[in-house]
Amino acid sequence: MTEIFGVPAAVLAGQILLGLINGSFYALLSLGLAIIFGMLNVINFAHGAFYMLGGFVTWMLFSYLGIGYWPGLLIAPVIVGLIGAVSERLLLRHLYRVDHLYSLLFTFGAALALEGLFRYVFGAAGKPYPQPAELSGGYNLGFMFLPLYRIWVIVIALAVCFGTWYAIERTRLGAYLRAATENPSLVQAFGVNVPFLLTLTYAFCVGLAGFTGALAAPIYQVSPGMGANFLIIIFAVVVIGGMGSIVGTILTGLALGVVEGLTKVFFPTASAITVFIIMILVLMVRPNGLFGRER
Amino acid sequence: MSTDAVKPGLDVRELHGWYGESHVLHGMTLNVRAGEIVTMIGRNGAGKTTTMRAVMGILRKRDGQVRYGDVDIIALPAHKVPRLGIGYVPEERGIFSSLSVDENLMLPPVTRPGGMSIEEIHALFPNLAGRGGTIGTRLSGGEQQMLAIARILRTGANFILLDEPTEGLAPVIVDQIAASLRILKERGLTILLVEQNLEFASATADRHYVVELGKVVDEVANHALAANITRLNTYLSV
Repeated sequence: MTEIFGVPAAVLAGQILLGLINGSFYALLSLGLAIIFGMLNVINFAHGAFYMLGGFVTWMLFSYLGIGYWPGLLIAPVIVGLIGAVSERLLLRHLYRVDHLYSLLFTFGAALALEGLFRYVFGAAGKPYPQPAELSGGYNLGFMFLPLYRIWVIVIALAVCFGTWYAIERTRLGAYLRAATENPSLVQAFGVNVPFLLTLTYAFCVGLAGFTGALAAPIYQVSPGMGANFLIIIFAVVVIGGMGSIVGTILTGLALGVVEGLTKVFFPTASAITVFIIMILVLMVRPNGLFGRER
Repeated sequence: MSTDAVKPGLDVRELHGWYGESHVLHGMTLNVRAGEIVTMIGRNGAGKTTTMRAVMGILRKRDGQVRYGDVDIIALPAHKVPRLGIGYVPEERGIFSSLSVDENLMLPPVTRPGGMSIEEIHALFPNLAGRGGTIGTRLSGGEQQMLAIARILRTGANFILLDEPTEGLAPVIVDQIAASLRILKERGLTILLVEQNLEFASATADRHYVVELGKVVDEVANHALAANITRLNTYLSV
């Protein structure tokens, strides 16, 4: 069997694939987190909870209503996005005028409450979610087995990341968004309904987290704690990538997933802290992050 | 253009405004009739910019009466004010660094028909032509000022609040902006202008309000400016 640096190629390739999948989730989640912070100045600690909610909505649609994976993948983000829109309108909105810390504490508390509620109702154990029949199976590449569902996750995650980048960097709505990030009161003085734009942004980004949760359901099991596991890592991704660059956030998410995967091969005990070691190193050299602009 | 027979004017009465606890407008009263160019002159900190911000709804803590035609502006949310055809060119110009020149130009939504086309804008400000892909804030100060004015002209606004368009600009650029204001006046636009440069103000405006400590303390017609220049200079001297 082929070996690379003393590691079987199949193991290496498998970890890179796993890393890319984790990286895809990091990219989708940290993208939303970064946009929310840029636009709303909110450090959204509830992002992991919305990801969990996306997974649970998909699972509930299937278990209670018999609605399968494909419709679930569309419905779950919409439901999560609507919940996000309502919570922004009713609650979060009132915290924009005060210090960052209040919205941080609020979203942190909301996440704890939501995760606690789900743990109370559904228990802490993971709920399995079947892979869609169309995406079960995979290809045998000779040196490794390539599951179809994992390819799909990487492809759709990249497509959604690209779509989000396009919408923000190349469309009129995106120009409003970028301008409102810089100077919201002036954009409003031009006739753009900025409060509505903020609701829309929050709903979209949180919906993106819900979509990620739905995508994750067949790979990881659905459990109340699934978001909390990711939350700290995606914050690290945003810090490493730096604010103000969407492409930077996406690339950082993917790259960190892969680096984390490779660490599992060469030095497994360090894999859980790799991301944070990288964060420390990056902050020492570039305090604004790899792709960040000075704020 | 036959439909705009009755153009509204701006009527500000007893306007008070606050930044937090600090009371900065103390009963500002002024009016601008359709087709006029009117300036507010006065020292830094007199309340000229604040008046504009209060009219646009950027300053929310305000009290008094601001009417545009028969619409009570104070009752409107900030994003509905420009939809009346009021455009705002802020003192700091407000060019966005994350947007290209073209994106900056196209940013403010068109609020009514009759705005300038991109060709007309480029004819008025040739410096902006061919610069569309440049980052907005890479333009020179004068060009940014032109861009800030141009993007409002595109929206079809027929009343423009123009805050210190000549501040910090070279004389040749100031002349270019003065010339563009005269063209706007010929097109029938109404302009409320904040200006410290008396020469520029007299070359463009019909009337001048002198603002001090958050209210209007004097009013001079442009034709009487020369006769009253000593008095005006005492208002402006530090």
